[in-house]
Amino acid sequence: MTTRREFLVLAAASLAAPTAAKAQLDPNLAAKRKAAYEEALGKVVGGARVRAGRVKLQLPPLIDNGNSVPLSVAVESPMTVADHVKAIHVFTQRNPLPDVVSVHLGPRAGRAGISTRVRLADTQTVVAIAELSDGTFWSDSAEVVVTLSACLEEGLI
Amino acid sequence: MARAIVNAPAQAKRGEIIEIKTLAAHAMETGFRRTQLGELIPRDIIRRFTCSYNGVEVYRVDLHPAVAANPLIAFTTTATETGTLSFQWVGDNGYSVTEIAPIRVE
Repeated sequence: MTTRREFLVLAAASLAAPTAAKAQLDPNLAAKRKAAYEEALGKVVGGARVRAGRVKLQLPPLIDNGNSVPLSVAVESPMTVADHVKAIHVFTQRNPLPDVVSVHLGPRAGRAGISTRVRLADTQTVVAIAELSDGTFWSDSAEVVVTLSACLEEGLI
Repeated sequence: MARAIVNAPAQAKRGEIIEIKTLAAHAMETGFRRTQLGELIPRDIIRRFTCSYNGVEVYRVDLHPAVAANPLIAFTTTATETGTLSFQWVGDNGYSVTEIAPIRVE
């Protein structure tokens, strides 16, 4: 015999199940994006240690429109043949795809850096990683608050 | 309608670090947006930007959908000799644009 209490619990569960299935957003979206970010980072860094410093990532702290955000990265380096920056990578933690730009340069660049404009889907941390010719990795990160997201269709988590 | 703008100095001193600004006209469609009917708009982006100095590659950028429409790329290079700077943007659906800027080095 089903008690009134059990019936109510069952009814609530059967009502909740189809609603969850219909939801547009993947419930594991945050975890999947984090995994994608870790994977993208791993592809660049391998097992090497990433140290903080030498890299300066500039982003506005408060962004009205995530569709076009000025971003610039500058790396402290003498840029000589013996000691230069080989690559600069920029990653986001909560965009649909973690990669933003990868810059490949050499001593002829004179100064190691890039200025560009990017899209940001959400309030998140942006990370810039520089690979030096001696094989070390340096990084900087910036916290940004985005009020109007790029790719709104993907929704906010 | 492939268009690009390059801003580079016409002359420089030998060894001087020159700043170059480039802008390509491109929608950089991410592949995550949908039409009002719910169909996914396919990705259409510039994937790679290359700057060559007298035929030698000096700067290369791999772009992803997270780069804003009409990608601006500003960077530096060292003026070594008189010649040409050539810039190339390559992307999806056969997109390819090349721009050339002559430079005189004293």
